[in-house]
Amino acid sequence: MSEPLIPQFDDDTDDGERMLAIICSKGNLDMAYPGLILGNAALGEGVNTHLFFTFWGFDMIVKSRMNNLQFSPAGNTALHLPMKDMRLPQAFAPAMTGPATSMLKKQLAELDIPEVPDFLDQIVAAGGHLWACRLSADMGKLGESDLRDDVEGIISASDFIEMTKGAQLLFI
Amino acid sequence: MPTTIMNGREIPVDAEGFLTDPSAWDEDLATVLAANIGIELTDEHWKVLRFLREDYATQGETATTRRVQSVGGVPTKTQFQLFPKKPAKKMAYIAGLPKPRGCV
Repeated sequence: MSEPLIPQFDDDTDDGERMLAIICSKGNLDMAYPGLILGNAALGEGVNTHLFFTFWGFDMIVKSRMNNLQFSPAGNTALHLPMKDMRLPQAFAPAMTGPATSMLKKQLAELDIPEVPDFLDQIVAAGGHLWACRLSADMGKLGESDLRDDVEGIISASDFIEMTKGAQLLFI
Repeated sequence: MPTTIMNGREIPVDAEGFLTDPSAWDEDLATVLAANIGIELTDEHWKVLRFLREDYATQGETATTRRVQSVGGVPTKTQFQLFPKKPAKKMAYIAGLPKPRGCV
């Protein structure tokens, strides 16, 4: 009798463990999600994952801002109206930030995609690491007390590059 | 369709070894599946597995780690402790269900 067929999870060795570094540089609601979704997926595959928040992406970890990220259709010609394939005329787009944000949040909630702060909670619970950019903190006159408590440190770009040696890297 | 012999029975599986027929699963088999990947089942594991089975029966899809937390009530951190490194796939395997197709 042959051995049973068992899935190979390839997780029994720490040699050459995969590491993923995600640089989150955007603070628009729609651009917060790619890093969160990919980071969460990587953690679920046993990949050591570090997220670095810089420039506009800093808002994702600033306590007073993280609940209120906005989505603007301005400059985004791929924004379609509920009628399939109908585009929102760009001339109207700048006035649509409020309703567009509400609609995006509703669509995400329907799929049980968490809001940004909850999503970061889940990422940290799954073993992900959060880092804040020193320059962004200095420019915004923000300190550790302004950030989520689970941000592990405010570090320089060099620190992050050094820490993620050998990692696969995503810039968002 | 490939099959494999486990617990003295012929079990239909996919190319990787995940069960393809949820009805071929029972709790005895879960113990064998868990042992195959180095997990000894405790009451905490069973809470997750029973949720996955019940949720699949009503939803027709395997719950993601997010759903196991938000609907099943088992925190993400606990899931990673019980089913190390790759909880979604390991939970699905032991529960005799397909890998979850949801992204989150």
